[in-house]
Amino acid sequence: MNPVIEEFPLLLQGVAVTLQISVLVIISGSIFGLFGGLGLLYGPSWLRALLRGYVDIVRGLPLLITIFIIFYIPPALDIEVSGFAAVTVALSIFAGAHISEIVRGAVASVSRGQNDAAKALGLTFWPRIWNVILPQALPAIIPPWTNTAVEMVKGSSLAYLVSVSELLFQTYKVVGRTGAAMPLYIAAALLYFAINLALSRAGVLLERRIRYTT
Amino acid sequence: MTDTHTQPDHAATPAFPGTGHPMVRIEDVHKRYGNLEVLKGINLEVESGEVVCIIGASGSGKTTLLRCINFLETYESGRIYVDNELVGYRERDGRLIPAREKDIARVRAETAMVFQQFNLFPHMTALANVAFGPIKVRSVARDEANRKARELLARVGLSDKADIYPVQLSGGQQQRVAIARALAMEPKVMLFDEVTSALDPELVGEVLAVMEDLAASHGVTMIVVTHEMMFAREAADRVVFMDDGIIVEEGRPEEIIGNPRSNRLRAFLRRFHTA
Repeated sequence: MNPVIEEFPLLLQGVAVTLQISVLVIISGSIFGLFGGLGLLYGPSWLRALLRGYVDIVRGLPLLITIFIIFYIPPALDIEVSGFAAVTVALSIFAGAHISEIVRGAVASVSRGQNDAAKALGLTFWPRIWNVILPQALPAIIPPWTNTAVEMVKGSSLAYLVSVSELLFQTYKVVGRTGAAMPLYIAAALLYFAINLALSRAGVLLERRIRYTT
Repeated sequence: MTDTHTQPDHAATPAFPGTGHPMVRIEDVHKRYGNLEVLKGINLEVESGEVVCIIGASGSGKTTLLRCINFLETYESGRIYVDNELVGYRERDGRLIPAREKDIARVRAETAMVFQQFNLFPHMTALANVAFGPIKVRSVARDEANRKARELLARVGLSDKADIYPVQLSGGQQQRVAIARALAMEPKVMLFDEVTSALDPELVGEVLAVMEDLAASHGVTMIVVTHEMMFAREAADRVVFMDDGIIVEEGRPEEIIGNPRSNRLRAFLRRFHTA
């Protein structure tokens, strides 16, 4: 236990980085995902083809490969990419692909009559989406979205392979210095668990808040 | 119910005080779904304030025609005008090119529709449903929109349901809220798409009562696709019979329903056992 208590501040530094990555990824992934999902459903055919390709390719690759692609290819083109940037971009692309599918499925499941009724009143596209369609798609979006968010927090641990000092890498370094592997990895696991538990709970609360059926 | 016209019997389109041009003009409209032509040259004029019922078997194209009027369906050739404005397209060199989204939206705001499946917004209360159109489309202030929404809910007999969600209302109540929602837009034309077909029989009456009330006031042009022959007979100024994508017969209700001329219409009406 001692090494854990002594090194805890260092672990917390790792948590801070993990949280930074996670927040950036969840927010940007959600924005990509929202527009991606709507584009997949309502876009012109070239856009739909492009998005389909993006989603299928990204979901077919292991996350680590995506990270490596973004980390190692730009330097070959003389563009500098930090480990932090590579991981954040790669995870955002990954999250965006997943959330696009989630949004697409949820919006498609809203009955067509809703769109008809909103059109018939004289609403244009974005007001229809914002006021009528999305509120009804949300209950089907939030649970899998929460899932994706949790996966991204876990995915952030891959950042250690590109030398980003998030929680896992910090733990690894501390273990290297103190030799107390078990207690430290267990502490890291509990920290990840705490973050993800908070995220899952937040998701459940969100689900309850938007519920409109009795 | 009420029939206050005093036109001579042979007049197919009673004269109404109004704008000098028909409120709805449908000229030689054709529409196909893939290889299937569902509208094969429809010509119809509806005067301002007139109540027209469209009857026909399923597949006759009557719902498709109705949905073309507010451009929920496109049409390939011909013209549809609402209050002299071309619906869904712009005309250039005699050809139709798609209109801009905001122009289509503007025409749709003038033509309110009531659907067979009600299509109320489930995440809003009855009051919010009715006030939604005026707030979002006509930029009416929220308080004013809510006040008028309450009046409309009272008019359809649902003042006590203002803060209730659609899922807690019966079908007949939902449909009456839907009618109030359509009325809130103060439309020039109201389009009714088999609005009682999805209702339990005992709830049909309350909806028809509201519609008969509207029809009697002649304040708004109504085009009603329906299977309710009694309603057509009593509330319509004119009945149009469609079959297989064309208008077969049209005329005053007592002629069309009481004294059908074509064999197709006679065969169709026989199913309803109307006297």
